[in-house]
Amino acid sequence: MEKLKKKIGSFSFWNWVIASIIFRLILIYFPKNLNLSSRPEVSTPLTSFRRLAEGYWLKQSSMSSYAGSMYHGSPLLLSLLGPLTVKRIEGQPNHLLYSLVSVIADVVSAMLIRATGQNLRLAYLRGLESLDLVKQIDVSEFLFSGDIAALIYLCNPFTIVACVGLSTSPIENMAVILCLYGACSRLIPLAAFGWVIATHLSLYPAILIIPVIFLLGCGPDSPPRKLFLQRHQQKEVLNQSKLPPGFSWGPIIHFAFWAFLWSVYVLVLCGISLKQFGGLWEMFKSTYGFILTVEDLSPNIGVLWYFFAEVFEFFRNFFLIVFHVNILFMILPLAIRLRHRPCYLAFVYVAICSMLKSYPSVGDSALYLGLLGWFVNELADMQFSLFLFCGYVGVSLLSPVMHNLWIWRGTGNANFYFTTAMVYACLQIVLVVEGVSAVLNHDRKLRILITGKPQDAKS
Amino acid sequence: MVLLQRPHILLLLIDTHQFLQCWIAFGSANEEGQQQEEFSEELLVKPLPDHKLLAHFHFQSSAPPSTSNGCHHHLFPKAISQLVQKFRVKEMELSFTQGRWNYESWGGFDPISSSNAKPPGVELWAVFDVPQHHIDASWKNLTHTLSGLFCASINFLESTATYSTPEWSFPPASGNVRYGTFPCEAVCTENLTPWLRLLPCRDKAGIALLLDRPSLYRGFYHSQRLHLTSTESSSEGIDSGIILEQTLTVVLQPNSERAIEVHASEKHVQPSWSLSSIFGKQVSGRCVLAKSSSVYLLLDWGLVAELKFPNKENGKSAANGLTSENFWSNPSFELSVNPDRIFLEESSSHSKSLSILYMFQVEKYSESEPFDIGLMWKVPVAWLCQQTPLHASRFFMGSGNERGAIAISLKSTQFTEGFMSANSKDGSCELRVDVFQVVPWYVKVYFHSLRVFVDQQPRAVSDFIEKIHVSPSKDKMSPGVMEVVLKLPCRVNTAALTIEFDKGFLRIDEYPPDANQGFDIPSAIISFPNFHASMVFLEDDSLNRSPLLSKFQEKCPVMSYTEVLLVPLTTPDFSMPYNVSTIKCTVFALYFGSLLNVLQRRVAEEERFLKAKAAKKTGRLPLLLSKLSAKLRGRRREPLHSPPSSSSFINSKLVLKVILVAGLAVGWQYFFS
Repeated sequence: MEKLKKKIGSFSFWNWVIASIIFRLILIYFPKNLNLSSRPEVSTPLTSFRRLAEGYWLKQSSMSSYAGSMYHGSPLLLSLLGPLTVKRIEGQPNHLLYSLVSVIADVVSAMLIRATGQNLRLAYLRGLESLDLVKQIDVSEFLFSGDIAALIYLCNPFTIVACVGLSTSPIENMAVILCLYGACSRLIPLAAFGWVIATHLSLYPAILIIPVIFLLGCGPDSPPRKLFLQRHQQKEVLNQSKLPPGFSWGPIIHFAFWAFLWSVYVLVLCGISLKQFGGLWEMFKSTYGFILTVEDLSPNIGVLWYFFAEVFEFFRNFFLIVFHVNILFMILPLAIRLRHRPCYLAFVYVAICSMLKSYPSVGDSALYLGLLGWFVNELADMQFSLFLFCGYVGVSLLSPVMHNLWIWRGTGNANFYFTTAMVYACLQIVLVVEGVSAVLNHDRKLRILITGKPQDAKS
Repeated sequence: MVLLQRPHILLLLIDTHQFLQCWIAFGSANEEGQQQEEFSEELLVKPLPDHKLLAHFHFQSSAPPSTSNGCHHHLFPKAISQLVQKFRVKEMELSFTQGRWNYESWGGFDPISSSNAKPPGVELWAVFDVPQHHIDASWKNLTHTLSGLFCASINFLESTATYSTPEWSFPPASGNVRYGTFPCEAVCTENLTPWLRLLPCRDKAGIALLLDRPSLYRGFYHSQRLHLTSTESSSEGIDSGIILEQTLTVVLQPNSERAIEVHASEKHVQPSWSLSSIFGKQVSGRCVLAKSSSVYLLLDWGLVAELKFPNKENGKSAANGLTSENFWSNPSFELSVNPDRIFLEESSSHSKSLSILYMFQVEKYSESEPFDIGLMWKVPVAWLCQQTPLHASRFFMGSGNERGAIAISLKSTQFTEGFMSANSKDGSCELRVDVFQVVPWYVKVYFHSLRVFVDQQPRAVSDFIEKIHVSPSKDKMSPGVMEVVLKLPCRVNTAALTIEFDKGFLRIDEYPPDANQGFDIPSAIISFPNFHASMVFLEDDSLNRSPLLSKFQEKCPVMSYTEVLLVPLTTPDFSMPYNVSTIKCTVFALYFGSLLNVLQRRVAEEERFLKAKAAKKTGRLPLLLSKLSAKLRGRRREPLHSPPSSSSFINSKLVLKVILVAGLAVGWQYFFS
């Protein structure tokens, strides 16, 4: 029976995967890609396809791709994807090859999400088993979180739009997922590679080093270690084999070594491709520098553009520091509170970054919504999930309308669009806060199940 | 008394000494003959095909090298010579223009239009004789000086985002050139007065007397230009001084009532005019300081071909007899004053007939007998001015405030048809067109989207673009510059270049006061380097050559300016800074506070709260009250445990904190000072 269910599940999983790929291909064959590539929701100055093409054109005409303030991506991406921006096949849509690369990146990401999700599920079940909670919690009701996460990622309209809109975010997302997958399945060189590439492409994934260290040090998500100790104290038998392993420094040193190796490799490659145009300093200035000093004020789904367009010049530096420090401030409290769930920590970090980053796009939201699928079991009692769902749908419908009113028709003004951006930011805040509290509550529930009664933490 | 007088005597002595020195210097300069400061004033009047009249004032002052007579000048404006010496300007041109030169009806292929038709607003370019890294500093100082000198906002050209460095397409093709335009400058009499102040007679005497402000600014186009050439080069030691050329080109409508009446009935009757009817003033003698002072009337070759000159059939042999009255006593028009001399254009390749220039010397006239020429048309006449090989125009494509495209379209004119027929034997003839386009940084041009359309067919860029130089724009740093050399076949009817752009978004303090008016994109320069506009007139004495005519003889490349485009940019809400800041910060506080709250919430408290709720299922207010009292009790209970120790502990903690903050502040101060 169980097997049959699984079989049906996996069968429909592959159906869904194929359906989503076909849907993407249909959209790619639409005339002019529905003009998605110039939507502000899809293409930010960092991920825009047209800017990539411009950078490649400048490079081809033997100029620095960072001459002018058009291209702000990585030189490696330019070497890999640049040729695809000009290559055309007769009788086919203009950027077919590039779109196919995006589709492949999406599918690979989905597969990695699925594998990681299965890994997480096994780890979770193992945790429950060692806590002897298998009888209390009906394991058969456990959803295959890997499949669900992969399907959420693949069928999410945000992902589809980012993929068809020719932005580079599918590739950035793939690097992040590669990093998490590598860390979960203890493929340390792969994890280091993913982390280095993701950081190189968009800077913000640098903070994922904390969940990766926890993942490598203590293994994937499990109930808090304290619970195991309590459990064993209760049973008066200290079974070492059932206790999850403590923090081990070996893999982390290994990871550091590999991360160093990969970053040297990436920097050398970048240095070679930028040798005659100002070198690496130029690259850092126009990629990381551009991200940190929000220079481009074109509207996007974030909130920083309007703020920095309106704020007085002499406060600019102060607020730049404030907003970036806001991301950093939350790292430590979250790391302390969620250290036993590194994958969930990574999800929270990704969500916070995509909320507070300087040039957010729907591709970033697609990533954390996909990762959210890993924790369907833990987040089962999350509050406001319907409200959040409706909010996301509403914002993604209203935001293009407001943009159209402001930019194209001239009947609305900037505040209309900014309002939808604010609402979107609030929704993300509610999602993160509720998500974190739901996971903490889940751990509390586990403890209650172990100790048998509600108990004061101090006692 | 003696003591008091002494300084005066001393001063007097010094004064006489200086005066003597100057006198000697001047005398020596006089002896050398041509090394003298010279000034000449000229006016050229030319009827235009569309019932209008072109008046082109040309004042030229030249100064000998500065070494010969120090820093003193007799005629040459001192401000200009100081400017040249200070900023080491090799060549400079400044123009203030109001209105747009109509290339289609006023012509584009003669020396007047190719060097005096200028884009609206201010245009300034300068070549410096300083090392490469000093050029930008020199340019900045020069813009400030000129802005003070001419009461104009030329100082806006100071910022690097407004001027550019053309590589090769701009005519004075040398590396040290800087080019800047400011299209939205409103040119008016406040700019003309300082310009006139540079003339030795100002507008008090001579031809400049005609410059009556109301009639000038009533015109369709006026452009005042200041061109400066300095050949002072310290390295070579060859000095020929500074030549300052001031021109004022106006296109006016002769407002004769009769002409308007006739206009209704007969389309081609040109209005009759006289200098006094156009300008409302007359020339009462020359400026006494001017070396030469003359007025010319130019009849275009197109017009001459239409007029039936009696001895046209006799050819050039008769034309050489310049005193012949046949040229000015014509059945189709009548001149009110007999010309002093008549020049005929030397053979030019392009035309079927030759232009005629009538010269009038102003010296002969005086206050009692003022100079005033008039032209009375007897028969209707229609002709066309010679146009540029391709007529260039520029426009925007697309709608909305997000993106768009700039298109430069080139259309063949009647000239190209003639040129094509002339070169039809060669089979493959090519027309070279240089395009120089500067776009401000807030118009973010995608250079990879450059498309070429020839005869309305999209064509491969590499087939028609021979050379391209691009310097992409940097945000708030430098404008985007595009220089393209197009090689078009002669048979081309239309050609177009399109390039896409995204509109930038500015901060609220970067918008000008009237933000919704839009932003100007400077004119593109379309030049045809294979064609040169020059007019060579037969002159018997080459020694006493007029500066205006010698200027006409110089080969200047044919170029035309396109329209200035007005791009509307999206504006944020200018009244929102405080609202946006507060709303944004509120959301951040919400995020920060609620996430921290979730993270540090203790289960125990929660459970106590639940217990309390279960115990007293009464209502909200009592619950809150009980909570509050519990909190208060808890707080009151705590200090009871160890009041003396805790206070000292808190004190030491407080002191520690204060010291820490003070240390940080000192460190910060030290680091930043």
